[in-house]
Amino acid sequence: MRDSEAMTVSTIRRGRAAPMTTTSFDTLTFLDDLEVVEDPPARNHLDALEAEAVFVLREVAAEFERPALLFSGGKDSAILLHLAEKAFSPGPLPFPVLHIDTGHNFDDVLAFRDRRTTGVGHRLIVASVQDSIDQGRVVEAADGSRNRLQATTLLDAIASHGFDVCLGGGRRDEEKARAKERVFSFRNKLGQWDPSGQRPEPWSIYNGRIHAGEHMRAFPISNWTELDVWEYIAREHIELPSMYFAHRRTVVERDGMLLAVCPQVQPRGDEVPFEDTVRYRTVGDMSCTGAVRSSAATVAEIIDELALTRVTERGATRADDRFSEAAMEDRKKEGYF
Amino acid sequence: MSVSADAGLLRVATAGSVDDGKSTLIGRLLWDAKAILEDQVAAVTHASEARGHDGVNLAMLTDGLRAERDQGITIDVAYRYFATPRRRFVLTDTPGHFEYTRNMVTGASNADLAVILVDACNGVLEQTRRHAVIASMLHLPHVVVAVNKMDLVGWDESVFTAVCQELTAFVNRFDEPSLTFIPMSAKLGDNVVEPSDHMPWYSGPPLLQYLEEVPLPDPAHELGARLPVQWVVAPTPSAADGNGNGAAGRPGLAGQLVAGILRTGDEVVVLPGGATSTIASIDALRGPVQEAVAGEAVTVRLVDPVAVGRGDMVCVKGDQPEVGDDLEALVCWMGDRPLVVGSNYRLKQTSRWCTAEVDELHYRLDIETLEHVGAAALGPNDIGSVSLRLSTDLVFDAYRANRSTGSFILVDQESNVTVAAGMIVSRHTPEAAGRLDRPVPTAG
Repeated sequence: MRDSEAMTVSTIRRGRAAPMTTTSFDTLTFLDDLEVVEDPPARNHLDALEAEAVFVLREVAAEFERPALLFSGGKDSAILLHLAEKAFSPGPLPFPVLHIDTGHNFDDVLAFRDRRTTGVGHRLIVASVQDSIDQGRVVEAADGSRNRLQATTLLDAIASHGFDVCLGGGRRDEEKARAKERVFSFRNKLGQWDPSGQRPEPWSIYNGRIHAGEHMRAFPISNWTELDVWEYIAREHIELPSMYFAHRRTVVERDGMLLAVCPQVQPRGDEVPFEDTVRYRTVGDMSCTGAVRSSAATVAEIIDELALTRVTERGATRADDRFSEAAMEDRKKEGYF
Repeated sequence: MSVSADAGLLRVATAGSVDDGKSTLIGRLLWDAKAILEDQVAAVTHASEARGHDGVNLAMLTDGLRAERDQGITIDVAYRYFATPRRRFVLTDTPGHFEYTRNMVTGASNADLAVILVDACNGVLEQTRRHAVIASMLHLPHVVVAVNKMDLVGWDESVFTAVCQELTAFVNRFDEPSLTFIPMSAKLGDNVVEPSDHMPWYSGPPLLQYLEEVPLPDPAHELGARLPVQWVVAPTPSAADGNGNGAAGRPGLAGQLVAGILRTGDEVVVLPGGATSTIASIDALRGPVQEAVAGEAVTVRLVDPVAVGRGDMVCVKGDQPEVGDDLEALVCWMGDRPLVVGSNYRLKQTSRWCTAEVDELHYRLDIETLEHVGAAALGPNDIGSVSLRLSTDLVFDAYRANRSTGSFILVDQESNVTVAAGMIVSRHTPEAAGRLDRPVPTAG
C-alpha cells in the first residue's frame, strides 16, 4: 500500500505499469497497475470536453424556443449549470432551471439547490412529485421509491410550461442504455424515447427541428466520464452538496447497499441501524440511493478513491438499476430521462 | 488515467462486419486497459452465463440495448471512454450490418481515426470495402485495418499479407492516405494491448500503442481563423472597458473556432455580408485572452458596430472561406424516403439553416466497383454526387479543407428527420458538375 508520509501526491491514476515520472520524494511503493504522477490534472482533454459542452448549450439555446435546464442538485447538474453560466456569460441564462422534486431529498440537497439558483439571476421552477401524487397523476410505488414517478411529473411540467427541450447532465458512461444516446435526443408526444427512432448526428451538426407538442432532451456532457466530472469540479472549484463528501450517518445494510435511516427507510426484520463514515456517489431518492463507506472528504480524495474503485457509480448505489439489465432503457422508453 | 499535458483526446471509430469481432476487440481494449469496472464485469459474466456463452463474452460489455444482446449483434452507435497514462480516448462503436451505414457515417464523422476490422478467416468482404470508402469520404486522417482472429488461421503471415494486398489495391483506386495494418486476436489479446508472441513476423506496434502515439490533427494551422457565430450576447450597457475603446458595449459573438488562430487586433470580415472590422477582445472560457486557437469556445467583440447574427461567420481577412448559393456536394443518404431530383430539403451547415433544392443528381457511387452509376434517385445508404441550389448564401470551405465548414445535413421538411450527411466538394460550376475524376472524389 501507499507509503503516505513520503508522498505529496496530487493525483493517482489507473493505468498500465509505466516508468515513473520524476518525483521529489524519496521512497515510494505503489500498486502494480497504478501510475503516480505529480503534475496537476491535465487541462487538455478537459478543455476539449468543456468546449464541446458549451457548444451544445449555445446550439440548444439558439435552436429552441423554450428550453429548460434540469437540475437535481447532483454533481452532473451542478457542472451543467456552471457550464451554462460560462456559455452565456456575461448575459443571464436564457432559460429557467427546473427541479423535479421527489420529496425524498437528502436534506442538504434542497439547501444547495436554493443557494445555487436564487439571488444570482436564475429562474428556478420546482415541480413536485408529491403534488402529482396528490392530484392523482401517479400512485406511490409499493417500495416507496419515487424515481419512476418523476417521469410523469417531468412530462407534466414540460406540458404546462411548454418547454420544447430539456437540458440534462446525462453522460454516456453512466449506463449501457445511455451509451447509445444522442446529444439531441428526440422524444415523441408521449415523452417516449425510441431507440430505433433517434436522428443521426454526423459531425457536430444538431437537428433540433420538432413539431408542436414534441420535445427533445439535450445532453451537453454526453462524452464526460465520472472522473472527468470530478476533475472539472476540482479545477473549477464547483460547489456541491455535502453528502458527496465523507460524513457520519446512521444506516442499515439492505441488499448489499447502505441506506440512510430516514422517514422513507426504516429498519426491517433483523436489520440493525449503525453509524458509519460514508459518502454518496450519486444524488437521488433517499429511499433507494445507497451510500458507500469512504473517508474521502475532499474533491482530491474523491478523485484518488475513484481511480481505485472497482464499482461503477450506478452499480454501487442505485437499487432500481439492479432489477434488470435493461432497466434504464425501459425507463427512458417511459419518458424518465 | 493521468494524461500528460499534450496527450489530448483521440476520437476513434471502429467498424466491421457482424461477427468479425469488433465488440470483442473493444471489450479487450477496455479490459486490458483496466477501464472496465468490477460490477460491469459481474453483470456481463452473469448475463453471459444466462445466455450460455463460454467464459466472459467481452462483446457483451458494449452491447447495450436489449434487442442487441438478445440477437447478439450491434444495432446503433455506442460510445465508450477510457484513458491510458498517455492519452484519453473516445471510442465510437459502429455497426457493420448493411442496413446501418447511416450509423457508421454518424459515428465516424468526428473521428480522428478509424479501425476497420477484418476477420482473417473471411478476408476482405463487401462490408470492408464499404467501410474503407466511407472512411475515405469522411476524410478521416488515419485508418487502421485490424486483421483479427489470426489465431483461427494458425497465425499465418500469408493470410495477413493477402488481406493487406487486396485492401491496399482497392484503396489505391481513390485518393487516400496509406492504411496501417495490424494482425491480432482480440479474443486472446494478441497485439491489442500486449504484443503477440505468436507472430514474430510482425514488427509493428500493438493497436493500443499505435493509438497512443498517432499524432493528433492540428486544425489551428491549416486555415485562417473561422468563427461561426452561434449566439449573440447582448451588450452590457456599461461604460468603456479599461482600454477606453468601448468594446464592452459591443455585442459578444459566441461560438467555437473551427479553424486557425484568432488574436486581438486581427482584421476580420463578417461573412456572408462582407463587413470588416477588428477584433477588440476575446473571452475564452477560462477568461480574457489575447489569442484563441481552433477548438476553443470563445466570445469575441469587434471594434466597429457591425450587425452580426447567428449563422454569420467571423473570418480573418485574407485566408477566407467561399460564399455562395450553388454547391457541388457528396451526400450519404440516410432517409427512408429516397432523394429525388427537384426535391427541397432544409439544410444546416455550421449554425446556418437554409432551403436546398436538389438541382441535379450526377451519379450514385457503386461501392463495389467504384463506378459512377447514373441514377434518378438515391435510396437509404446510397452515396451520390449532387448539385444543390440554396435559398441563401452559405459560408463554406471544401470538406477536404475543413470538416466543420465543409459539412452539412439535409432535413426532411415534413418529418424533421435528418435524411443525409453532406460534404461540400466545391462551388457549382457547369464544368465541375458530373466530371469528377476520381472514383471517390474526396480530393474534389
